[in-house]
Amino acid sequence: MRVSGFGGQGIILAGYIVGKAAAIHDKKQATMVQAYGPEARGSACSSQVVVAEEPIEFPYLSASDVLACMSQEAYEKFVGELREGGTLLIDETLVTMGALDKDVQIFSIPATQFAEDLGRKIVANIVMLGFVAGTTDVVTAEAMREAVASSVPPAAVELNMKAFDQGYEYGVAQRAAGGAAAFKAAALEAELIGSTQEAS
Amino acid sequence: MSEDRSVLTGDHFITGDEACAEGGMAAGCMFFGGYPITPATEVAERMAKRLPEVGGTFIQMEDEIASMNSILGASWAGAKSMTSTSGPGFSLMMENLGLGIMLETPCVLVNVQRGGPSTGLPTLVAQADMMQARWGSHGDYQLIALAPVSCQECFDLTLQAFNYSEKYRVPVLVMTDESMGHMTEKVVIPPKEELEVINRKMYDGPKGEYLPFKADDDLVPPMMKVGDGHRIHVTGLTHDERGYPVMSADAHETLVRRLIDKIKKNVDDIILVEEIDLEGADIVIVSYGISARVSYRALRMAKEAGANVGMLRLITVWPFPEKMIRELAKKVQTFIVPEINAGQIVLEVERCAAGNAETVLLSKLGGAVFQPEEIVEAILAEGKAPRKKASATKKKAGASKKKAAATKKKASGAKKTAKTKSSKKTTKKVGR
Amino acid sequence: MATELSVVDSAMPDHPMEELLRMDRLPHIWCPGCGLGTSMTSFIVGLQELDIDLDKAVVVSGIGCTGRVAGYVKLDSFHTTHGRAIPFATGLKLANPELKVIVFSGDGDLSAIGGNHLIHAARRNIDITVVCVNNFIYGMTGGQAAPTTPLTATSSTTPYGCYEHPFNLPYLAAASGAVFVARWTALHVRRMKDTMKEAIEKPGFSFVEIISPCPTVYLRRNKMGDGLAMMNYFKDKAEIRHGIDPKDAGIIMGGKIIVGKFVDIDRAAHHQMMEDQLGDIWPHDVVQPGLEEEKRAAKA
Repeated sequence: MRVSGFGGQGIILAGYIVGKAAAIHDKKQATMVQAYGPEARGSACSSQVVVAEEPIEFPYLSASDVLACMSQEAYEKFVGELREGGTLLIDETLVTMGALDKDVQIFSIPATQFAEDLGRKIVANIVMLGFVAGTTDVVTAEAMREAVASSVPPAAVELNMKAFDQGYEYGVAQRAAGGAAAFKAAALEAELIGSTQEAS
Repeated sequence: MSEDRSVLTGDHFITGDEACAEGGMAAGCMFFGGYPITPATEVAERMAKRLPEVGGTFIQMEDEIASMNSILGASWAGAKSMTSTSGPGFSLMMENLGLGIMLETPCVLVNVQRGGPSTGLPTLVAQADMMQARWGSHGDYQLIALAPVSCQECFDLTLQAFNYSEKYRVPVLVMTDESMGHMTEKVVIPPKEELEVINRKMYDGPKGEYLPFKADDDLVPPMMKVGDGHRIHVTGLTHDERGYPVMSADAHETLVRRLIDKIKKNVDDIILVEEIDLEGADIVIVSYGISARVSYRALRMAKEAGANVGMLRLITVWPFPEKMIRELAKKVQTFIVPEINAGQIVLEVERCAAGNAETVLLSKLGGAVFQPEEIVEAILAEGKAPRKKASATKKKAGASKKKAAATKKKASGAKKTAKTKSSKKTTKKVGR
Repeated sequence: MATELSVVDSAMPDHPMEELLRMDRLPHIWCPGCGLGTSMTSFIVGLQELDIDLDKAVVVSGIGCTGRVAGYVKLDSFHTTHGRAIPFATGLKLANPELKVIVFSGDGDLSAIGGNHLIHAARRNIDITVVCVNNFIYGMTGGQAAPTTPLTATSSTTPYGCYEHPFNLPYLAAASGAVFVARWTALHVRRMKDTMKEAIEKPGFSFVEIISPCPTVYLRRNKMGDGLAMMNYFKDKAEIRHGIDPKDAGIIMGGKIIVGKFVDIDRAAHHQMMEDQLGDIWPHDVVQPGLEEEKRAAKA
């Protein structure tokens, strides 16, 4: 899978956590390779994670099965490499999707919005990881949870777990609904509830 | 009081750079002198954090020249020592890598290769320092260079590098690269008691009789620690067994010949390779480091496409496994050598093939690793080529797909190297 | 030479410094009238007078005439590459802080090719002593200009006279952070000896400059006479000014030479700073260097 966004979002950390969850907690093999521009902040940035049962021969992605996009630039750059039948996860706060010419499953979460609501925009990547765990089988939710807890500063564990759980639950619900479109449709039907909440 | 933090037994998800640092820690490294440089900085950063935990010393020196010298000094004071760098820093270290060789000082240098020449591609991969590793310092010498294929091997081979360096009193190079250095992967660190750790032979005779450069039968002199009271003199000048400078052809022949022979005569112990399906193969991939990693997949894909192909992975690159390539050349049709440079190790393969097999270079100049398909294409192309025994080296520009003009060379006098002690066939497999 | 002068009484040593000189390496290679012999002699007498374990004393030199000191002293001694004595010494000292490490080298070695190492070792306040014998020239290679060659002086690479400003080495060392800075000439043998003793005992980075005649390629070329003439020059022109600001101790052709102890301040040495900063992270039960497993076990 590929996690992508811009520098400063914790994209590399997110990729690292996925790999760690697979390698250490799920006891599988995993590699994580990062790519970033020379700037520390703001440039396009992505991490490639390969998870396998067998030792990994080739640690780079020629095509991705799962693509998580947390910026418009990253979405446009990487959506082409997504395999037919793959899974696309987007942070809808920051990404507007265009028309896709292939059959992929799409899940969508306002990850950055959720993080802002939690008071720290910086945990958007962890919301996204929860979402990954909720919508895909790359790693188990338990492994991802443990990997998050052991990869963030001790003082921030509680906040990050909260961020993770929000993403996870949103993901589980969306997966049960059969993807973003079905989920959105269901949400539209329940618009009354939505607007009531907005009004309050 | 404190728990032993030198070996962090367990499963880790760490980068190749960090694994190199942990390999050093597990070997008992107590001193690191280094200078920041992409993509090797993470080795130094890890050591800065880790060494104080075991009472060791980390120092960020003013440049790579100083880094290299500091680890030599520390080694003579009795501490296992290491440094890490990349291209530009590797160039600066060459002067005192030579001093380390001349003073027979155990130490380990990790080179996380990036694209060059000059500043080149700081954040991108290359394997273009392989010849510099062998010949970069002036004068005649032999040293040992190892090339890991995974983050696990970054750990294993850095530990192994310390063992060789302690055993043979020679600086040992770990030739990794940016892609491995920055790749994060599962690394399993075994319990301390399961690790083989070699410490240098120490002189235990009476004070005043110690000759710091008098070798034992294995051509390696026992060592001492500064402050032990032997009051020795050590110089980078050509010297005798006492360490005293002697400016003569005889003294130089004696000393430098031994420095070379202590490695060459121990190639059976030093050369590590991984052999995959060599028996009966027409085509053999000879590769190392990240290019060998990619070749694993290429090998499988080519086999699926019907190619009769095997692979020889060089774990020890220097000293070069001459004998093994020489023997293989008699049995196989073609060697394919993928490497991320303009053709370095391929020259050694071609030399040892000596006209008995064709040698094909698959070259990429840095910035990206090979795609397995590029290697598969080369294998399949060779598989279709008519079998011929004339020596020819073809070069393929992997990136541009342009076929460069084939360099034809007649194998001349391959058998005349009677004086050269060639390696016995040594096949050691190291699990990856 | 020493053996030729040996006294009949077999109980007497052949040479009063036999204990600390490699007699089998003598006679030395230095020219008649050179100040290196007196500098090394003062150093050895100083060591003999000091109450330290000489097994723990190490001399590290670079390349050049002064670099040969490491080859004559009977201590653990290292003759390293050009300019690199200080980083080599840094490694020795940090890996085993019990060692007394003395770098003995020349002005070209320490301030040109090794200049960066000099200022950084001073900045870090590594607990070593640097003795810099300054003869204003590259002697061993035949008299080329050094960073210390005074303005207008001729050398083989400044045939029309030197037009580059020279380093004032005590000023450089002091500005870089040395806690002890002194200068003497090769004439001041007893003061030089006492200062070397003080420098060796001083915790932190100490720097001692010895102004020394090079009759063969500096004095001759600059028509300044022989070694003895230079000694007379030192006698006439050296001015003892303890505590002077080293910026006022620059040397000009034909001018006076300010000597004395310029800097003697207290500042925690590198090793102390490291231990203090690392606090409990550093397991104090661990004895360096790392190979002494049994000692480590005993302390634990």
